[in-house]
Amino acid sequence: MTRLLWFALKSMVVLAGLLALWQLAVIELKIPQYILPGPVPVAEAVVERFSELLTSFVLTTEAAAMGLAASVLIGVAVALVFAQWSALRQLLFPYTILLQTVPIVAIAPLIIMWAGSGIYSVALIAFIICLAPIIANTTQGLISVEENLLHLFLMHNATRMQVLFKLRLPNAMPNLFVGIRISSGIAVVGAIVGELFASSSRVGVGGLGYAITYASAQLETDYLFALVLAATALGFAFFFVGMFLEWYFLHNWHESSRSDIPE
Amino acid sequence: MVSAEVAIDGVSKQFRSGALALQKISMRVDKGEFVSLLGPSGCGKSTLLRLVSGLTNPTSGAVKVNGMTPAAARPLMSFIFQDATLLPWRTVEQNVGLGLELEHTAKALREEKVAKMLELVGLTHVATHFPRQLSGGMKMRVSIARALVSRPRILLLDEPFAALDEMSRDRLNEELLRLYAEQHWTVLFVTHSVAEAVFLSTRVVILAPHPGRIAQVAPVELPWPRTAELRLTPAFEHEVSRISRMLRGVHSAQVEMLATDGGVA
Repeated sequence: MTRLLWFALKSMVVLAGLLALWQLAVIELKIPQYILPGPVPVAEAVVERFSELLTSFVLTTEAAAMGLAASVLIGVAVALVFAQWSALRQLLFPYTILLQTVPIVAIAPLIIMWAGSGIYSVALIAFIICLAPIIANTTQGLISVEENLLHLFLMHNATRMQVLFKLRLPNAMPNLFVGIRISSGIAVVGAIVGELFASSSRVGVGGLGYAITYASAQLETDYLFALVLAATALGFAFFFVGMFLEWYFLHNWHESSRSDIPE
Repeated sequence: MVSAEVAIDGVSKQFRSGALALQKISMRVDKGEFVSLLGPSGCGKSTLLRLVSGLTNPTSGAVKVNGMTPAAARPLMSFIFQDATLLPWRTVEQNVGLGLELEHTAKALREEKVAKMLELVGLTHVATHFPRQLSGGMKMRVSIARALVSRPRILLLDEPFAALDEMSRDRLNEELLRLYAEQHWTVLFVTHSVAEAVFLSTRVVILAPHPGRIAQVAPVELPWPRTAELRLTPAFEHEVSRISRMLRGVHSAQVEMLATDGGVA
């Protein structure tokens, strides 16, 4: 515990040092605030416009969470279908790679044009970039089942559905969580990219992406920095929640525990 | 004549690659026999076991289990694999209950049977543990419990203890014999250990490779019941060397054949 405290203290010192260096550079090099604000104005912007920042933060969180949740539901469903019909998988799997390689920035305006502005369009964009990692990883887990385990199920005359839900799906859980870990990071990116193009229903109020375009247009660089910090924190939070869920569902049987029972 | 528990009649198996795994195998196993299939690798002993279980089908010939096709006789059989093949996300008791669960046995009855079986193989204290918390020998014991909980008539074992250290292997062999004496299964046991085959079996079938065929059949001339002390007797050593010589005969015949054919092993 004291080691942890000591580490926290050292980290704080490093952080404080970096912030001091930043502030000093801004003052000494006489950089105007609209180009690079120091940490103090940024902190002031966070405090002064906290409720506005929070509104944007929550909107983006909702859109990214919706997109990610939908990608898990649809992605697992698609993977289950792929696992059951290999002919279909061979035919359609290449298109999921397409889903991953298409530049989201390029198609985001199209999506907004087709689906209109608003949180659902933004969530749709997050969904699209989250989908491929979920499908690819889950499919991999579903089809890479040890042959003897399949034989074991066959010896009990297990049905296709029993093999799918009692063997393949649990076997794919670690892979699914790898997919979720990848997608949780990019869900936030997807939502913010979507918000760059989706105009808001109320002027001045929108998700982080919308607020970023607005703040940069107004040369509110201090608030822009605050928004970037918020976006970074959100991405981190998503990643952390994904990691926690992975630990929660898998730690009993996967990776973490070890042999501790003598024979 | 009593009908054979397992009847293998002129069975050949050719793999899709064209390799002939088994050539015209005929043998019968009567109820209550403990038959070991012994032979060098590539002699098709595992393939033969898979044919009996119906996991693969013969290219020609027929396999009958208790007068039925292997697929139809599956409820009578249990298969124990080389590794424990446990589901890592299930606890020991959930693993043991898997077969009953797949066969839709009522939960209360299932739990009762599983608890009894865990007691029988001495696993009650780890019932709620996950496989990765167990040693190799313990995992194998779970695998055995899972195979026995459905009260099979016929046990098929594919080198079940090959990956274990000698002590665990000896102990599990003794335990297997104790259960065999109680439950009177018919057993087909694949191994490459002569000592193991001699200790366990009523009869040893020696297979020769390329293509797999039966080279020799030898009843094991040792008294029952067999206990750990049997391994220390001259009679046991004598049987082991007798079977070993047969096995070596098969092996050298193979080498000679390759030499005269100018074949490359």
